[in-house]
Amino acid sequence: MNAFPEGDFYTHHFEKGARENTMILNMGPQHPSTHGVLRVILELDGEYIVRAEPVLGYLHRMHEKMAEVKSWVQFMPNMGRVDYLHPLAWNHAWVGAVEKLAEIEVPERAEYIRVITSELNRISSHLLWWGAYLLDLGAFTPIMYAFDDRERILDLMQKPTGSRLTYSSFRIGGVMNDLDDGFLKDCAELVPYLRSRLPMYKDLVTENVILRKRIEDVGHMDKDMCMRYGATGPLIRGAGVKHDTRIIEPYSVYDKFDWEVPVYKEADAMARYMVRMDEIEQSLRIVEQAVAMIPDGDFMIKKRPKPAWKAPAGEAYFASESARGKVGIHIVSDGSKTPYRVKLRAPGFSNLNVFAECSKGTMLADAVAILGSLDMVIPEIDR
Amino acid sequence: MSQIPVELVKILIALVAVAAFVGLNGLVLVYLERKVAGHIQRRPGPFEVGPHGLLQPLADAVKLIGKQLFTPKNADGFLFWLAPILSFMPVLLLFLPLPFGPKLTGMNLNLGLLLILAFSGLNVLATCLAGWGSNNKYGILGAARAVSQSVAYEIPLLLSVLAIAFQTGSLNLSEVVAGQGSWPWQWNFMVQPLAFIIFFVSALGETNRAPFDLAEAESELTAGFHTEYSGMGFGMFFLAEYANMIVVCSVAVALFLGGWNGPFFDGAWWFLAKVYVLLLVMIWLRWTFPRVRFDQLLNLNWKWLMPLALLNLLITAFVTKLS
Repeated sequence: MNAFPEGDFYTHHFEKGARENTMILNMGPQHPSTHGVLRVILELDGEYIVRAEPVLGYLHRMHEKMAEVKSWVQFMPNMGRVDYLHPLAWNHAWVGAVEKLAEIEVPERAEYIRVITSELNRISSHLLWWGAYLLDLGAFTPIMYAFDDRERILDLMQKPTGSRLTYSSFRIGGVMNDLDDGFLKDCAELVPYLRSRLPMYKDLVTENVILRKRIEDVGHMDKDMCMRYGATGPLIRGAGVKHDTRIIEPYSVYDKFDWEVPVYKEADAMARYMVRMDEIEQSLRIVEQAVAMIPDGDFMIKKRPKPAWKAPAGEAYFASESARGKVGIHIVSDGSKTPYRVKLRAPGFSNLNVFAECSKGTMLADAVAILGSLDMVIPEIDR
Repeated sequence: MSQIPVELVKILIALVAVAAFVGLNGLVLVYLERKVAGHIQRRPGPFEVGPHGLLQPLADAVKLIGKQLFTPKNADGFLFWLAPILSFMPVLLLFLPLPFGPKLTGMNLNLGLLLILAFSGLNVLATCLAGWGSNNKYGILGAARAVSQSVAYEIPLLLSVLAIAFQTGSLNLSEVVAGQGSWPWQWNFMVQPLAFIIFFVSALGETNRAPFDLAEAESELTAGFHTEYSGMGFGMFFLAEYANMIVVCSVAVALFLGGWNGPFFDGAWWFLAKVYVLLLVMIWLRWTFPRVRFDQLLNLNWKWLMPLALLNLLITAFVTKLS
């Protein structure tokens, strides 16, 4: 007898439904293509997947509970650490919810600053996804190119936000720092540069026949499936639904710019890939216009909330669009220094749930391609 | 004291020379691969050990040798350790019939090509044993992939080689090389371009190089058949992969690219130069393309390479008979 019986509760539970002559493969929490500590239990018939079950919770940090013991202002840094690739969307959702609750009017310049930094952040997130996804598919070089370009965005972003990864520069009633003229000038130069890089990405990767064969017609998530699981972001836009929180629940100053929501009908991994690539372009358009249109004025309200600031009693919900989908924050306040309850709706969580149904009957290599196309950020899924 | 057969001494000397050659080339290739990969990815590559990182392969080798040889608890110890040895040893034999220069051949065999093709098949067995012996699910998946891939890709490889054999009427690599002229348009790939392409693609599949590196597909199978190997166990597979690359490139050069023939000065340098050009192409491919999927890999083989190679062989046979 083996002194160390294999597997834990999840494996044993999963093994109960196994068919004959199949192999149960535990992919993760340490696996190169699960992007962190996601664990997926797979039942394999040869190379084909019979069943799949994601197991979560390896990076649970109880952000929602933490909110109940931190004051409204002090919870801000947590929002930089939920989704480390697009933290500003979470920043936006949090400050938006609190401002809605307390009915704070934000200066227009602050809204522009929020849009500019958040969209730059979205581009850097999509670039990192692009590189990592191709790494999943076995191409080692694109990630270096993506990081090279992402580096320029980070170099620019660190000036107003003070950090390079876990931004928490939004404040209730405005933003932390004003954008100086140097930033606006650099930003106006960065946009054409990034735009000039996109054709290279297209030639090198998007039009590569091996890539197209790998991700076209793989991982079908049609409109119906996305809606059943509550999948948002590039997943549902890749399934032909024009669903973007920036459009359907307009917030901030997004309605002042001329931009489009990229939508693809194919509902496969390639459609999601194309949505993200097009979103980089659209975000560049927004940044370009916002930099040109930014008004003068304050970047913060006059009476900025102190750490001991008390929000009025009530409830508020605010949604923003992150690189992965709809970020929703619902707060309940009893009028004290700390929130009574905070609910964080992470898009990655809903998006990941589609995987179990979507990966049935595909090959192991396809499962990796589908997982990658969900653009998971595990800290965000586990919260 | 009885007479020592001259032939045996020759083989021994040749084997020692080949071992030295493989070791040296392994070091050069490790450096080349890392440096070229670095430059493709817009970074300098190894730079710290020695000038421009020249001693990096030595440091790598010392690191690998210094590591503990660890056998997993549930592994079959005998098969587990037999596999790396089995993957590396036959490779040395493959170098014997290769014509490096006009007079520089380990053993001038009439059936040299056949020997190479026969012994290169042993590599699959080693991969299979490694995956099976390590009792690891990723390992088994990798081994299963490697076996069906190698079996499939050996056929078009063989067929494209046969076309050359038909054309030149010899399986002796030295004779095949001697039959080609000094200038590029006198080389076999001008007559048999299709066979050359099929040979090169199949060679990529046969040596498990990207974009056909499915047996060790990192993002799917962590490391495939060598997931459980540490230290020199992995080092042997690594060295065998590079040695196999050199062998297939050398065979390609001898069969299609005129071997040691070259403009102005015939000799071993032309052979080595051409081999390294082909190796660079292999490295270039690896760092550029994504990996194909397993069914696509087999489709490519059975639906394209095989029929094309057969057709090519038929036409060659027909033309040879006519002329």
